[in-house]
Amino acid sequence: MNQHTALHAQHLAANAKMVDFVGWDMPIHYGSQIEEHHQVRNDAGMFDVSHMVVLDLTGTGVTPFLQHLLANDVARIQTPGRALYSCMLNERGGVIDDLIVYFRQGGIIGDGYRMVVNAATRDKDLAWINQQAKTADVNIRERDDLAMIAVQGPNARDKAHAALGTRIDAARELKPFFAADCSNASNNGGELFVARTGYTGEDGYEIMLPATQAADAWQALLTAGVKPIGLGARDTLRLEAGMNLYGQDMDENTSPLESGLSWTVAFKPAERDFIGRAALEKQQAIGPAHKLVGLILEDRGVLRAHQKVVTEHGDGEITSGSFSPTLGKSIALARVPAAAQQRCDVEIRGKRLSARIVKYPFARNGKVCTQ
Amino acid sequence: MSNVPNELKYTKSHEWVRAEEDGSVTIGVTDHAQDLLGDMVFIELPEIEANYTAGEECAVVESVKAASDIYAPITGEVSAVNEALADTPETVNQDAFGSGWIFKMTPEDAGEIEELMDAETYLELIAAESH
Repeated sequence: MNQHTALHAQHLAANAKMVDFVGWDMPIHYGSQIEEHHQVRNDAGMFDVSHMVVLDLTGTGVTPFLQHLLANDVARIQTPGRALYSCMLNERGGVIDDLIVYFRQGGIIGDGYRMVVNAATRDKDLAWINQQAKTADVNIRERDDLAMIAVQGPNARDKAHAALGTRIDAARELKPFFAADCSNASNNGGELFVARTGYTGEDGYEIMLPATQAADAWQALLTAGVKPIGLGARDTLRLEAGMNLYGQDMDENTSPLESGLSWTVAFKPAERDFIGRAALEKQQAIGPAHKLVGLILEDRGVLRAHQKVVTEHGDGEITSGSFSPTLGKSIALARVPAAAQQRCDVEIRGKRLSARIVKYPFARNGKVCTQ
Repeated sequence: MSNVPNELKYTKSHEWVRAEEDGSVTIGVTDHAQDLLGDMVFIELPEIEANYTAGEECAVVESVKAASDIYAPITGEVSAVNEALADTPETVNQDAFGSGWIFKMTPEDAGEIEELMDAETYLELIAAESH
């Protein structure tokens, strides 16, 4: 029996096609994945991402603990509400998971951090984090009492304010990659955490609230003209936006340096001893053998994960591929030899098709950003 | 419930087959199949005059979600392909049994068509698969 989010009935009422996603019944689309994709690029859509794992970390040792646990440095976010994207690495520099961590101060949870990790990696993440936390003064609380709704698109914030009114007023002036704690007694005494973050390349909010209040919020957003969007469009939106998907674009056997995520590794200050640092420094010194690039297929067809990429400098592999509704062409992320550039071939069903190697993102903020 | 026209024949792999008056057969994917696959973005058509044995892979339909093989429902030679699908693969979603047809074959043995499933049996198949 699969798990249901607090919005399961809303998905069925909206004619969702439900699929199994790591033990959760989730909507893949509500009719047309491509229309949903355009809805988010051009207007506003919402995703039920309640299956994702929210962890609240508190305790006097929590900052040094996260500085050891994460490849990015939480010292960079010592302003209340500020968000940071990071990888959590193993000793070999491989990626255990990628995550977002928010710094919180003065809220009803107490000072500390909120971390959002992937649903697919929940068990191993918790095991790893708890193991690292054994000797630290840190409390870890899994917030499976919360639901999460991502409202994304150029009109997403306006419509969210229209739907949720003064309850989320504290989010109005948020800069990108900041969150506001909107919890107070007038919100049914409940928590309400609104972050200007997302996984689509569009503006918007990720809203975390008690699961018991999720259906009402969803309904209010629907009434304000925010359309439900399935996990299918979420994948093509993030691919166009050049955002990695854990388990496809990187995993425990690839480092952030060969996954287009060097920008998320804080090597400075040199004395910060984060897990995986020694392995990454070694890789950095000799230069990573591979890199993650964008591909645009020039021939007709569809790029898919695991297709073989042939370059002048050796072979590579597509890590994520699909049809891009914004470009009207097939695009992919691929791991290729570090020296590869400009052109490559992709093997699809025994045929070699021609593709261009490009910088990504492919599309963000409603526009194509690559040629 | 799914749209399953009575006058067509069907395969387990969700192709539909229509016997034409000129002796050829027209082949496409069923409305049920297009609904499962979602938005079509690319159709790889077979080569005209290529010969296939019943059950052999001969075309591919790709939705945003995944690629799916199309199998020859009968043994014979490809006599026509729906070139319009190159620019408008979404026709398969919009009109699976009509303008979303994929290719035509000249059967080696016209009797083979009669061995395919009728609408009633196909309806039972998709009912069983969805449980």
